[in-house]
Amino acid sequence: METHNIPTRRELFTGFFGIGIIGFGGVLPLVHHMLVLRKGWLSDAEFTELLGLGQILPGPNVVNLSVAVGGRFHGASGALLAFSGLLLAPFCIAMLLVSLYQQYRGLPALQQVLAGLAPAATGLIFGMGLRLAARLERSSWCIALAVATFVAIGLLHWPLLPILLVMVPLAVTLAWHLQKEPT
Amino acid sequence: MSAMLLALFLVFGQLSLMAVGGANAVVPEMLRMVVNEHGWMTAAEFTALFAIAQSAPGPNVLIASLVGWQMASLPGAAISLIGICGPSSILSFYVARLWQRFRDYKLCHAIQRGFAPLSIGLVLGGAWLLAGIANTGWSAWLLCAVSALIAWRTSLHPLWLLGAGAVAGLLGWV
Repeated sequence: METHNIPTRRELFTGFFGIGIIGFGGVLPLVHHMLVLRKGWLSDAEFTELLGLGQILPGPNVVNLSVAVGGRFHGASGALLAFSGLLLAPFCIAMLLVSLYQQYRGLPALQQVLAGLAPAATGLIFGMGLRLAARLERSSWCIALAVATFVAIGLLHWPLLPILLVMVPLAVTLAWHLQKEPT
Repeated sequence: MSAMLLALFLVFGQLSLMAVGGANAVVPEMLRMVVNEHGWMTAAEFTALFAIAQSAPGPNVLIASLVGWQMASLPGAAISLIGICGPSSILSFYVARLWQRFRDYKLCHAIQRGFAPLSIGLVLGGAWLLAGIANTGWSAWLLCAVSALIAWRTSLHPLWLLGAGAVAGLLGWV
């Protein structure tokens, strides 16, 4: 274990509050910057590990990460503070935006803005998915699983729960039995 | 009112535990439940809320609070946000503690490796489904493709892309 700066409860809250308020779209790079580079609460390796955990568990990755980091330093109360720090400002801003939308939804200009905003926002998700896909292990079972999940959700519109009930055990079994191809 | 709050909590609580790969992975399922199963709003209304959620800072889970707001104002928004974050957060709190002890086991590696392709399929499949609703014409598809390409290949701040989309819409290009 390396030596760390141990945050106080107050610092946990304000640190994650700062991320929430400026984190548009991609919060993750900001979280890394704050936790590892600026505050020194975690090492790079610890960050990667906690993030990987946040990604395989269900739920929003950054929220999971905040809970794990808060919990590591101050138990349940730390987790709760990091969590509410992260979500408080975005929640208030989203409420403000949606009440403005409700007020002015009849305006043609607003409808036009949303007509342009929605495709751009969808494009952002594609971009993130492609970024992740570029880093995926290049083995046939991996690609087959990714494509099958894509088809089931995107083209066939199947409900998620049965898909997960089939795909999760299948994926873990395949990963268990198939050795990593030599790179 | 309280029946609606309970319904919101149950819908988003379920989604919380299915959101492998982040909140965007369950957006299509959210749409299916909110629009088709419960009939709370139309697909177009849902897409508008999604676009608003993407324009606010912070994690993508905000879409849940916007749906909650639409159905039951501020209490609905708060309950929905707690619903979509709560169960998964409690799970990750406990798993993060256990992980320290078990991380070198072979099963943990298999879980990590196996989940990677699934979360990519979920995110891209979800994006495809949303694109079918959000993109109403060829110019919207073009905008979506350009935004995807830039987000993939560069580290340009996402707010620029959203702003460009909003301006293109305002000018009537989309």
